[in-house]
Amino acid sequence: MRSERAGLGLRIAAAGGLLYLHLPIAFILLYAFTTEDKSYQFPPPGLTLKWFAVAWNRQDIWDALWLSVEVALVATALAILLGTLAAAALWRARFFGRDAITLLIVLPIALPGIITGIALRSTFGLLDIPFSFWTIVTGHATFCIVVVYNNAIARLRRTSPSLLEAAMDLGADGFQTFRWVLLPNLATALLAGGMLAFALSFDEVIVTTFTAGQQTTLPIWMLSELVRPRQRPVTNVVAVFVIAVTFLPILLAYRLTRGTESMHGTGK
Amino acid sequence: MSTATSAFPLATPGAGRLRRLSTFLWRHSRLFTLLLLLPPLLWLGIVYLGSLLALLAHSFFRLDSFTGQIVYEFTLATWYELLSQPANLDIIRRTAGMAAAVTLACGLIGFPIAYYAARFSTPRGKALFYLGVMLPLWSSYLVRVYAWKLILAKEGVISWAAERTGTSWLLDALLSLPVVGGPSLSISYIGMFLVFTYIWLPYMILPTQAALERVPPSLLEAAADCGARPRQTFRYVVLPLAFPGIVAGSIFTFSLTLGDYIIPYIIGTSKLFLGQAVYIHQGTAGNVPLAAAFSVVPIVIMAVYLAVARRLGAFDAL
Repeated sequence: MRSERAGLGLRIAAAGGLLYLHLPIAFILLYAFTTEDKSYQFPPPGLTLKWFAVAWNRQDIWDALWLSVEVALVATALAILLGTLAAAALWRARFFGRDAITLLIVLPIALPGIITGIALRSTFGLLDIPFSFWTIVTGHATFCIVVVYNNAIARLRRTSPSLLEAAMDLGADGFQTFRWVLLPNLATALLAGGMLAFALSFDEVIVTTFTAGQQTTLPIWMLSELVRPRQRPVTNVVAVFVIAVTFLPILLAYRLTRGTESMHGTGK
Repeated sequence: MSTATSAFPLATPGAGRLRRLSTFLWRHSRLFTLLLLLPPLLWLGIVYLGSLLALLAHSFFRLDSFTGQIVYEFTLATWYELLSQPANLDIIRRTAGMAAAVTLACGLIGFPIAYYAARFSTPRGKALFYLGVMLPLWSSYLVRVYAWKLILAKEGVISWAAERTGTSWLLDALLSLPVVGGPSLSISYIGMFLVFTYIWLPYMILPTQAALERVPPSLLEAAADCGARPRQTFRYVVLPLAFPGIVAGSIFTFSLTLGDYIIPYIIGTSKLFLGQAVYIHQGTAGNVPLAAAFSVVPIVIMAVYLAVARRLGAFDAL
């Protein structure tokens, strides 16, 4: 693309930075196979596969996993609904207070998670709402809306309004236009937003500690293992699994929105 | 329009009412926008904004130290307690200092990556760079913190590498530094700083790269034509244009460090950070008013930070 080439110093700095970003994950994988479960000794004294079997037979891990999946599914569904509606409204109209509403949508992730968490918790306390599945979902849906919104509005901005007018000129009513013109255009963006929302909810821990009460989602299970380790390699097995579960939706979301620049990472 | 036969395969018998409804909404465009906006606005307005206001209100209540109950009367006692105790001010100073150091480090490490990706990579390489930054950004926060617990442990890979390369003395010297050191890397400010920098680095790279991408190549050629050496072009053309992007990234790194309580909890000393103070006061102590007052501190710091960032043009680079 360019005739000039990067200097050696710049290349080393860039490569070193990328290495810093990726190398640590490799240690998670390595320690999942170690035979030493009392410390983080390096290099591992021996390698074994037994921790995968141990993790498989632990009921507490399965319970935490299912709770996380259920929460993520419901929160994602809510976020897709609310985020799409907000994107559609802000796309089709200019009105007073529009910027304030945009700010309101972004705020739950712009402010540190602990503020969202404690704000929700003090409200649940004030209103005497007991902690439940739904209190976790409430928190998650709130900060997932923006992810869907970002993806949906980026796609809408690239959708020509004349497409909708053409459909209506051909005799389609508003619902038909939505079903046969707008939705097919929007589908991959919504899918990408939904997957990112799922990944975000699936490993959220900061807000969840404030809204979960006694319930244990997978990240909360992991946090308690980090603070008071029992079988350390089992935690690694779960961590490897979590990496796989979050990587796949992210890669898929990237493929779905490639070239449209709508998967805004800074929006997390 | 109503007499035209539909070109769309949905001409079901019950569609008449739907069609009238859709025509009605089309005619009343403002009403339609309002209807679309109402559910998300109600959710965010009541659930989120309402909670934030309830939190703010809590900071003006106080905890009765005898009964352990919250007294719901307007008082500034909690704020006085927060700002009069040196220990609390230390927490705020410590957290802000760490956030500043982390932000600086993220800028220094992130810039070469962003610069290389924006100026020297092929389109294919650019996609790889993008994924290379996105994947750590979106992958599990807790897993990445855990990875560093493994790396920084006393018996972990860093100590091993130091021993093998004969640089244990360097590591020991680092750990025996007065404030930032500690018994091992995983129980020291150095370790905490490394982890914070690692976790928030992608947030710095993406806006910086976006700002660098927007620097028109013709500007660089013009600078060269005017006789600037590459170093001068970088200093007087590229850097000023990229600066708003760096400031935009710093908003994230600073704000995220201010509010985090997991990293100081898992890696670091027993000295409290802001997020931990909030967590402990609302949890074991049950002092929600003081926790609320503590959580207003990062909001205020960020409001000031954002006001300055706006002046520096960071909002156009987001």
